[in-house]
Amino acid sequence: MSDPLPRVRVTGPPRRRADVVRAAGAREIDAESALGEVFMRSLLREQLVLALQVIAALGLTVGLLPLAFHLVPSLGEVRVGPVPLAWLLLGVLTYPWLVLLGWLYIRRVESNERDFADLVGTVVPEDLP
Amino acid sequence: MSTGILPGVVAVVLVSVATLAIGTFGLRISRTTSDFLVASRSVRPRLNASAIGGEYLSAASFLGVAGLLLTFGAEMLWYPVGWTAGYLVLLVLVAAPLRRSGAYTLPDFAEARLGSRGVRKLCSVLVVAIGWLYLLPQFQGAGVTLRATIGAPQWAGSLVVALVVLASVSPGGMRSITFVQAFQYWLKLTALLVPVFVLLAVWMADGAADPASAAPASWSIPLATPGGGIGLYTTYSLVVATFLGTMGLPHVVVRFYTNPDGRAARRTTLAVLGLLGIFYVLPPVYGALGRVYAPDLVASGSDTLVLELPSLMVGGVLGAVLTGLVTAGAFAAFLSTSSGLTIAVAGVLSQDVTGRRWGTRRLGGVAAFRVAAVIAVVVPLLMSLPAQDVAVARTVGLAFAVTASTFAPLLMLGIWWRGLTPTGAVAGLLVGGLGSGAAVAWTLGTSSSSGWTAALLGQPAAWSVPASFLTMVVVSRLTAATVPAHAGRFMVRLHTPEAVDLQR
Repeated sequence: MSDPLPRVRVTGPPRRRADVVRAAGAREIDAESALGEVFMRSLLREQLVLALQVIAALGLTVGLLPLAFHLVPSLGEVRVGPVPLAWLLLGVLTYPWLVLLGWLYIRRVESNERDFADLVGTVVPEDLP
Repeated sequence: MSTGILPGVVAVVLVSVATLAIGTFGLRISRTTSDFLVASRSVRPRLNASAIGGEYLSAASFLGVAGLLLTFGAEMLWYPVGWTAGYLVLLVLVAAPLRRSGAYTLPDFAEARLGSRGVRKLCSVLVVAIGWLYLLPQFQGAGVTLRATIGAPQWAGSLVVALVVLASVSPGGMRSITFVQAFQYWLKLTALLVPVFVLLAVWMADGAADPASAAPASWSIPLATPGGGIGLYTTYSLVVATFLGTMGLPHVVVRFYTNPDGRAARRTTLAVLGLLGIFYVLPPVYGALGRVYAPDLVASGSDTLVLELPSLMVGGVLGAVLTGLVTAGAFAAFLSTSSGLTIAVAGVLSQDVTGRRWGTRRLGGVAAFRVAAVIAVVVPLLMSLPAQDVAVARTVGLAFAVTASTFAPLLMLGIWWRGLTPTGAVAGLLVGGLGSGAAVAWTLGTSSSSGWTAALLGQPAAWSVPASFLTMVVVSRLTAATVPAHAGRFMVRLHTPEAVDLQR
């Protein structure tokens, strides 16, 4: 009687989930096909345009303040109650504006991503009646 | 100080002990390597946002801004506004893709995106240089704080901060540091917020004197000092530096990797915006009240305003308690920012310098990290001893100019433009880094002067950032054949939501 052979755990290479039908759009992107390129370019352009919109909104409000005070020096004498206008705008009001811009951005960007997931990630069963 | 040194000593000791205690507690629940390096990538947005806020609000925010506002008025409001708006720019351009890239540090990102060791090395050098430039004012500020509150010599405060940072960083652990940093954000907020209520009550009781009446007209105008074209240039250059510089700060980038996914990274950033917005409303109150109650400090452009105002306005025990509170907050500011920077710098040094083979010897991973941490702290500590008279917020502003001219173009083009090549990135980093670096060296080396030369070198971002961008784009175009083959695949990884099942 020979000694029993040591137990060996048999494993295979990790497999992608073969049992799940992969979505058509995701397959195209993985294959880097022309259609997959179109999906990716449209996502990138959409997200970049959104980002630039937020930056433009920032630049056209907060970013114009130095120019406004440069061109209209009398703004320096304007007061809201006891507080000079510049202190009110830059010391207080800018911050809620930044948070609002950030909040709006997150709403839009997440909805863009949901649309993208719907577009490329939906699994279409092939045996629908 | 008439109020005695007791509140300052108690505050410094308590903050140091609390920092080390929370770090030790966090260390006990850190179990795995993943806990150690990236807190298992499971930090919730709210905790993570507090930690980022704690790390980010440095001596410049806590002490420097109020002092500068006292002396120069509204033009200095651009510092806190820029430091906050930088997170909005980071949110829309960088946050989620950076997390999805899977990079832990900026050199990691550069190497993964461009597949080049050369770019990685250059980024490592830049991280160390920026880290030291940013650590310098932290150590200086600590010296100023201890001198103002307990009369210690200037070098003592720098040394205490350096030692506590080393003691808390060397055992290490991102998870424990996360708790420490989060605690320090709330400590800093409390330390400014509670005294503000008392000080405002005193001000109202005294008849609510108008702070602006004692000030020159320029105090209410948010344009840099000489006004005119130079003032406009300097102001916009500062705006560019701070809006774009935030995304390239090495200690901030590391924190993004602890988010579970890109979506959480965005939510964390939004929470950071809120936390910073709440905090930055407070320093202007100190600056304005200082005009009424601390006229002696106006001329010296003093970083000690926040520390001295409570005892100037409120006497007795209450004044002593408030002084202790702001001292504690200031000390927390030095500790948290210095710890984050030390980890970022030591991480890079241990990978690329101390972890390498020297002769026949080679240090192990942890030993290499500890040696690197010592180097990361000692160099800026020695640098801080001679250069004691530059305002804290200004030095930090220069560090932002360098990051905005180097890492901001690299990140923005790397994330949004697949045509970036390794050669283009190196050329842009060199142009931006050498340009802004030379300007910073000139500014730190010479005493104040005026005119366009001083403005262009003292606030270089407005020319060095476009120069760096342009160089990256033009050189990448010229070397278009060397666009990394995996650029398209990397874009998929950066920009597609994790919910979609794709090969990344």
